[in-house]
Amino acid sequence: MHELSIVSSIVDSVTESLAVYQGARVLEVRLRVGALAAVVEDSLQFCYGIATEGTLLEGSKLVVQILPVVMHCGACDADGEIESLQSFSCPRCGEPVSDLRQGRELEIESFEIEDAEIEKAGEAVTP
Amino acid sequence: MTTRIVELRQGILKKNDELARGLRQQFTSAGVLVLNLVSSPGTGKTAFLERTLRDLLAHGSRAAALVGDLETDNDARRLAASGAPVRQINTHGICHLEAEMVSKHLEGWDLVGLDYLFIENVGNLVCPSSYDLGEAVRVALLSVTEGEDKPLKYPTLFNSADAAVITKVDLAGPCEFDREAAFKNIRAIRPGIRVFETSAKTGAGMAEWLEYLKELRVSHAGS
Repeated sequence: MHELSIVSSIVDSVTESLAVYQGARVLEVRLRVGALAAVVEDSLQFCYGIATEGTLLEGSKLVVQILPVVMHCGACDADGEIESLQSFSCPRCGEPVSDLRQGRELEIESFEIEDAEIEKAGEAVTP
Repeated sequence: MTTRIVELRQGILKKNDELARGLRQQFTSAGVLVLNLVSSPGTGKTAFLERTLRDLLAHGSRAAALVGDLETDNDARRLAASGAPVRQINTHGICHLEAEMVSKHLEGWDLVGLDYLFIENVGNLVCPSSYDLGEAVRVALLSVTEGEDKPLKYPTLFNSADAAVITKVDLAGPCEFDREAAFKNIRAIRPGIRVFETSAKTGAGMAEWLEYLKELRVSHAGS
């Protein structure tokens, strides 16, 4: 149950990045989480509500994209998704593989803000 | 009201990862080999480490340990009986060690004077796998009393290990431990991993383990 520490890190990172967007409200935070990252989405969601209370992220939505484990098979010279977390072998030839190319990610991809100030200033807004 | 998307593309554990990178550099330049021992509670990490420290010291190696627990310094006291320098980290509820805790507890320690530093993580087969401590080698332990399918149940941790140690092999008979199944399961999760079979009580398998530690020091020197 280290999801609370993880969520607290998310709150810190986003809050830090918000310094340049004075008065902005966070609507959504998007994560990329590998299937081997050892975090549970339900726990993340549960902790998110608690950890964001009283912060600039309060009330925002947490969107978690789970990434499958992708390995590289030397024998086939190709990448592929492993079929289960109980067998780290090539889905094509069955050869055991330890060269993983995806699956341990634990990152904040982006966040969406509602930015009243920018609209007022008539600045260009990135879509 | 306008909305915008701010791209961040930032590791959530960035702070820990950066600290761990710094620690790794520090360990490498001091010439100390650092191992992170992970397992569930009750696997016998402390007994295994006690034996390892004693044997290393007896062979003239300089070894030390940092040991993590939620509460108490019982393990540090046990390990210190080996004669090695030991420090206890109390996490007070946190279920894993983080690079910052390691960094803090290393203050004032002469790393250059060490050949090996062992970090005994908090007993937990889930959370420690996410936190890099700057170690050169991560060792996952599994005791014969736990069941051969542990690696299948906790793939994230066993997949992140560089070596595996089966402990308490003196109890394999009474526990009806299926050795082949255990090896098969460990290697299904981490193909090609080195597996050691040890008993801290009888000393079985310790010679091979110590030989491996020596090899690691050679292969990590100057890397």
